Amino acid sequence: MRSFTYARPHDLTQLWREHGPDAAYIAGGTNLVDLMKCGVATPQRVVDIGALPLGGIELDGDKLHVGALATNSDLAAHPLVVRHLPMLAQALLSGASPQLRNLATLGGNLMQRTRCGYFRDIAMPCNKREPGAGCAAMDGSHHGHAVLGTSEHCIATHPSDLAVALVALDAQVSVAGPNGARVVPADAFHLPPGDRPDRETQLAAGELILGVAIPLEAAGAHSCYVKVRERASYAFALASAAVGLDVRDGTIRDARVALGGVATTPWRARAAERVLVGSAPGPAVFGRAADAAAEGARPLRDNAYKVELIRRVVTRALTTLPDAPPPAAPGPLSGEPT
Amino acid sequence: MPEATDEPGKEPRAQPGHGGEGTADVDGDVEVEVEMLVNGETHTMRVDPRVTLLDALREHVGLTGPKKGCDLGQCGACTVLLDRRRVTSCLTFAVMHRGREVTTIEGLVGPDGALHPMQQAFVDHDAFQCGFCTPGQIMSAVALTDEGHAGGPDEIREWMSGNLCRCAAYPNILDAVIAATAGTAGSAAAPTTTTTTRER
Amino acid sequence: MNATANPNPNGNPSPTPNPVPPPPPGLNPNPSPNGAAGTALAIGAAVPRADGPAKVTGAARYTADIGLPDLAQAVLVQSTIAKGRITAMDTVAAESAPGVLAVFVPGGPLRMAPVASFYSADNGPMGDARAPLSDELVHHYGQHVAVVVARTLVQATAAAELLRIDYAEEAPRTSVDDVSALTPPGRDDIVRGDFAAGLAAADVRVDAQYSTPGQHMNAMEPCATLAHWSHDGDLTVHDSTQDVGAVRTALATAFRLPRERVRVISEFVGGGFGSKGTVWPHVLLTAAAAKHLGQPVRLSLTRPQMFTSCGNRPATRQRFVLAARRDGVLTAIAHDSVTPTSVGEDVVESTGGVTTMLYACPNITVRQRIARLDMPPPTFQRAPGRAPGSFALESALDELAHELGLDPVELRIRNHADTDPTSGHPWSGKHLLDCYRIGAERFGWDAYDAAPGSRREGDLLIGRGMATATHQMDQNQSAARAELRSDGTAVVSVASHDIGTGTYTVLGQIAADALGLPFDRVTVRLGDTGYPQAPASIGSQTVAYVGPAVRRACEAVRDDLLARAVADPDSPLHRRPLADIVLGPELVADELDRIGALSISAIGHHRPESELPYAVHSFGAHFAEVAVDSGTGTVRVRRMVGVFDIGRVVNPRTARSQLIGGMTFGISQALMEHTVVDPLRGHVVEPHFAGYHIPTNADIGELAVHFVDAPDPHISDLGARGAGEIGVVGSAAAVANAVFHATGKRLRDLPLTPDKLLAD
Repeated sequence: MRSFTYARPHDLTQLWREHGPDAAYIAGGTNLVDLMKCGVATPQRVVDIGALPLGGIELDGDKLHVGALATNSDLAAHPLVVRHLPMLAQALLSGASPQLRNLATLGGNLMQRTRCGYFRDIAMPCNKREPGAGCAAMDGSHHGHAVLGTSEHCIATHPSDLAVALVALDAQVSVAGPNGARVVPADAFHLPPGDRPDRETQLAAGELILGVAIPLEAAGAHSCYVKVRERASYAFALASAAVGLDVRDGTIRDARVALGGVATTPWRARAAERVLVGSAPGPAVFGRAADAAAEGARPLRDNAYKVELIRRVVTRALTTLPDAPPPAAPGPLSGEPT
Repeated sequence: MPEATDEPGKEPRAQPGHGGEGTADVDGDVEVEVEMLVNGETHTMRVDPRVTLLDALREHVGLTGPKKGCDLGQCGACTVLLDRRRVTSCLTFAVMHRGREVTTIEGLVGPDGALHPMQQAFVDHDAFQCGFCTPGQIMSAVALTDEGHAGGPDEIREWMSGNLCRCAAYPNILDAVIAATAGTAGSAAAPTTTTTTRER
Repeated sequence: MNATANPNPNGNPSPTPNPVPPPPPGLNPNPSPNGAAGTALAIGAAVPRADGPAKVTGAARYTADIGLPDLAQAVLVQSTIAKGRITAMDTVAAESAPGVLAVFVPGGPLRMAPVASFYSADNGPMGDARAPLSDELVHHYGQHVAVVVARTLVQATAAAELLRIDYAEEAPRTSVDDVSALTPPGRDDIVRGDFAAGLAAADVRVDAQYSTPGQHMNAMEPCATLAHWSHDGDLTVHDSTQDVGAVRTALATAFRLPRERVRVISEFVGGGFGSKGTVWPHVLLTAAAAKHLGQPVRLSLTRPQMFTSCGNRPATRQRFVLAARRDGVLTAIAHDSVTPTSVGEDVVESTGGVTTMLYACPNITVRQRIARLDMPPPTFQRAPGRAPGSFALESALDELAHELGLDPVELRIRNHADTDPTSGHPWSGKHLLDCYRIGAERFGWDAYDAAPGSRREGDLLIGRGMATATHQMDQNQSAARAELRSDGTAVVSVASHDIGTGTYTVLGQIAADALGLPFDRVTVRLGDTGYPQAPASIGSQTVAYVGPAVRRACEAVRDDLLARAVADPDSPLHRRPLADIVLGPELVADELDRIGALSISAIGHHRPESELPYAVHSFGAHFAEVAVDSGTGTVRVRRMVGVFDIGRVVNPRTARSQLIGGMTFGISQALMEHTVVDPLRGHVVEPHFAGYHIPTNADIGELAVHFVDAPDPHISDLGARGAGEIGVVGSAAAVANAVFHATGKRLRDLPLTPDKLLAD
C-alpha cells in the first residue's frame, strides 16, 4: 500500500481545506481499505470524515433523512426503516456481514466499487481502472457480470444492495463540495459505463455525499428485497430485486422495481413498473412485469442465466409481498417500535 | 515485535484535525501516535497510518488473538469489539480509532482467569477444531447476544455468518451460542421478537 | 490435561457436560492397572478438547503469532503471467523504499540445493520441487518471482508493489479439456476381469459424464513460516505444517545440514486439508532470506497467494459406464478420468480409487490420464481422488437405481463387497450394511415417495439422496515418548500435529488409560521435530498409527516403573502381583521419589505388519434431504445423517466434529466451491473468500453423525481407524442425488449453483 498522510477534519470548512488532488475520503474503510490493499486505490492523502456531524437518521415531514455516516447496521435497525421501508432494511441486512455492516456507512456504500475480479487485479487490463486498457472480463470469466447497462468497454456489476433499494425508493442524494451543495436523484447518481467506465458517479472531484432523503410513500412501505446468491449469506447477489407496490381498491397505483447484481448501476426497471401500474396484482401481470424487467439484457457467453434469473427474482419479490395493507403514513410518534 | 510503547509525555500528542500530522520514523515513513483503550488498558503506539486496526493489535499491542485469515474483510477471523460493536479489524486503519475502546478475545477472560460464558460454551460444545477462526467467532457470538440476535437457530446462523469456519464447526457453534445465551437470558431474551421480524 | 504450549487459564479443563459413558466391551485388550479407584477409562469418553481453553482465549499461538526480537517481515512477489519468462526486473525503487532490508530475485544470492517432490520416485517432501527463484522461467501464474524483506509488514508490502517486472508471455494451457495437454495413456490403468463380457451380460447400462471443478483447501490460517538461524548455524523454523518431519527434511536438504541441526516447530496449525501436507517453496525462501540477512524472518502467504502457492484439488472429467443385470447386480464398470497437473509435477487425482474396491463387480476398467497445464501444482486435498471420484461413482449408482426402479440403498446392498475386490483379502472390519440400515432408519429414508419431484412445500422441492462413504487406510509407523514425573503426572511427546483433529486430546486419552492416570494428569506435546518421529498428519492416520505408538510408550514406562517397584525390597509393592497393583498419581509420585528420579521415560513404536492379510478401509453412508427453490434455483441441505464405521472411536466428541466438518466439505463441494480460472490468462479469478465461496453458518442445516463403534481388530490393538476424510467421501453425491430426487433434474457438473438448476 502506498504511503499516505492522514487528516480528520471536524467540520466541512476544515474538510475542503484538507481535501485535494490524490485525496480520498474514508468513513468505515470497508471498501477503500480493501481497494488500497489491492493497489486499485492509491491516495496520497486519506481524509477521515468520521468526525463530521453526518450520522443522523431523522424524520423530516414525509422524508427520512439519513446522514452519510449512518452505518448500515444502524440504518437497518432504525424503527422507521423497519416499519416504513422494509425493502431498505432487508437490502441492508442481505449485504456483507454484521461486523462489516457495523463499519460500513451509507455514503461509502453508495461509493462502493465493483467486485469485478479484473478491476481488482491491477495486473489485468481494465477500462474502469485505466480507460482504453481493454476489458479482460469480456473474453475471460464473466459469470457474475452485468447484462444490463453494459457497454463494449465495461460489463462490471454494481455490487450494492442498499443502492438498489434507494433507487427504487426515489431517494435524493445530497452532495456538497467547496463550491456548494446540490441534490442528485439516486437513480441518476450512478453513471452507466459507456465509453468512460472510470466515471462511476455524478460526484465531482472533492465532492462529498452528505446524506440521502428517502420519501416515505405507500410503495416503499409495502415492499421487499429478494436476493439470490450462491450461498445463504455473506455473498454478493447473482440477482436481486427491490419491489414495492401501492395497491388501492384492487389496482396498483404505484410500483417500484429495481435490480441488483445484474447491471452496471443500481438498476431501476421502469418498464416493469409501467406494466404493473394500473393493473390488478396477480400472477399474470407479475409475469409480464418480470419479463419487462429483463428487457434490453445483453448477455455474454457465461452470464445468460442472469436474464432468466431477473425474471425469477422479480416474480419472487412481487409474490412475496404481503397482502396486508401497508402501515399508515408516519406521524410524529410513529417511529416507536411496533 | 516490541510491546506497545506506552510513554505518555515523551512524545508530543498528535492533534486530530490537523493536516500533515505525524513525524517521520527512522526509515522516513510518517508515523502517527494512536492511543486506544484495549481490553481496559490504555495503549499508546506510534504507527504508520497504513497499519490496520488488526495489525496494530497484533504487531504493536501484542494481542495475537485476533487472526488474519484473509485481510480482506471476508472471513471474520479478525473480529473485535470497537466501542462494544463487532467489526472486521482488518478493513479499517488504526489511526481512525483514536481514543476508542477495543475488546479482543484476550479481554473476555475475567481478572481471575475465568472464561467468559461464551468461551466456556465454545469449549463445552466443541465449537471449533483448528481454533484459528475461534477468537473471531466468539467475539461475534458475544456481540450477537448483546445485539439481541440470538432469537432462534436460524437467526443465530444468519448473524454468525460473518465468521467462516473451514473446519465447519457450525452446528456446534450454533449449540454453543444457544447454550451461552440461555445462560444469560436476561440480556438476550427481550429483544429477540423484534429482531426476528428484521431478518428476512 | 493441557496442550503444553499454552497454560490452561482455568488450571483445569472444564468438566465434561455429559457423563462419561461406560467403556465399550472389549475396550482394553491389554488392560493396564487402573488408576485411582473408580476412574473411568478415558478412551471412548467424550472428553472436551484439551487445547480448548487455549483456543478460546487467544492464548494458542499459531506460526504468524510468534514474535522474536529483530524479526523482519517478508512478502512474496508473484508472477502475473502463466507462461513465459522474466525479461527485466527493476528493483531500485523497492530496494530504496523505507525499511527495506533486501529484495531477492531470480539469480540473486539465495541458493538452495534441490529437494525432491512428494510425487517423484524419491517421494521427497516438496509439493513443488522446482527450486524457487532459480531462473527467469515462469511456469504458472502466481509463481514466486521475488521476496521483499523489510522491518515491518507495511513496509515490505509497499516495497513489493514497487517492483517492476517485464515478461515475455506465451499462451498458457489452462483447461483440463485441452486435449493437446493430455499425456500418453495407460500408465495408471487398472483392468480387472473382462469389461466387454460384463457389458454383454448386462440388461441395463448407465453411461454418463461427470465433472468436478478445481478446488482450493483454504484452511483459515494462511501458510506462515518463521525462520531463525543461531550463531553456530542451527536452523529453527516455526511453520504451519501437517508434517514437521517433511519440513525438516526439506530444509536439511536445501541447506545441506544434518537433520539434527534443523528444528521445526508447529504447535498449533489453523487447518490444513492437504495444503500444509507437503513443503512449499515459500518455506525454503523464508529460511534462505533469514540466513542471508542474519536475522529472523517471518513470511505469511496472503489469502490470494494461497490460491497459487500451496496446492489445490485438480478439476476432474469423468466418464462412467455402469452395466447391471435387471436385479441390480453390477456386471461391468468402466471409469475414465482426466485430471490436470502442472508442468513440473505428475500429480494424479486418483478418482478411480473408490471404483476399484467399493462394490463387488468382477469386470472393472479404470483409466486415468493427466493433462499437463501451465498452472500451479495440484496436491492431495482432503479425501484426494475419493471426493470427486465418489461424486461420480455414487451419482452413477443413483442413475442406475433410477433406471432399474430400484431403491438406491437396496442397489448398494445387492452389490456389497464381502471381501476386498482389489486384493481378495477379507476386510479388517467392515460394517457397511449396518451403516445403511442405521442411516436409513435415523434419516427416515422410507418416508419419501421414491418418484422424483414428488414432494413439494410451496416453492420448495424436497428430495432425499444417499451415497456410500469409504476411506482406505495406508499402513504407517510411528514412535512416541512417554515420561512419568515425580509429581504424579505424565508427558507424552511425539512429532505429530493437531491441525484441528483433536490430537492433543485423543493421544492424552490413550496415554491416560495405558498409564492408569486420570486424563487431566497427562500432558501431550506435539509439533516439534525434537520429539519422536510420527507420520504426516494426512490420510486420516494420526489416531490409527500414532495412537498405538503412544500406547506402547506408556506401557513401556509404566512397566519399567512397576518392574523396579516389585523388584525392590524397599518398595511397598515388593513382590506384589502386577494385577493387584492399582496405578495412579500417588503411586507414580511415591515410586519415583523412592528411587530418587524426577522422571523416567520410554519410547514406544508402532510398526505394522508389512503384509497384513486384510484390507483396511473405513466405511459409511450419507443421507441428505435438500430443499430446492423452484423459483430461484437455490439449494439448501436441510438435514443430513452420516453413519460411519471407523473402528474404535477414541473420542466421540472430536470425531463427530471431524465428520461434521467432512460432511460440510461435501456439501460445499456439491453446492458452491469452485476455483474460477481465466481461460486465456491462467490466473485464478477473485482468489479470495468473496470469489471462492465456502459455506457460512447459514448454509448448514441439521447434521447428525452416528458411529458403528466396532473396534478394528487387525489395524492395531487400539482398533481405531481415522475420522479425518471419510466424512467428505460420498457427501457431495448424496446431496446431488437428493437434488435429482427433488427436481427430476440430473446434474453431473459440480457445483450445483442456481444457474445450473435454472437451465433447461
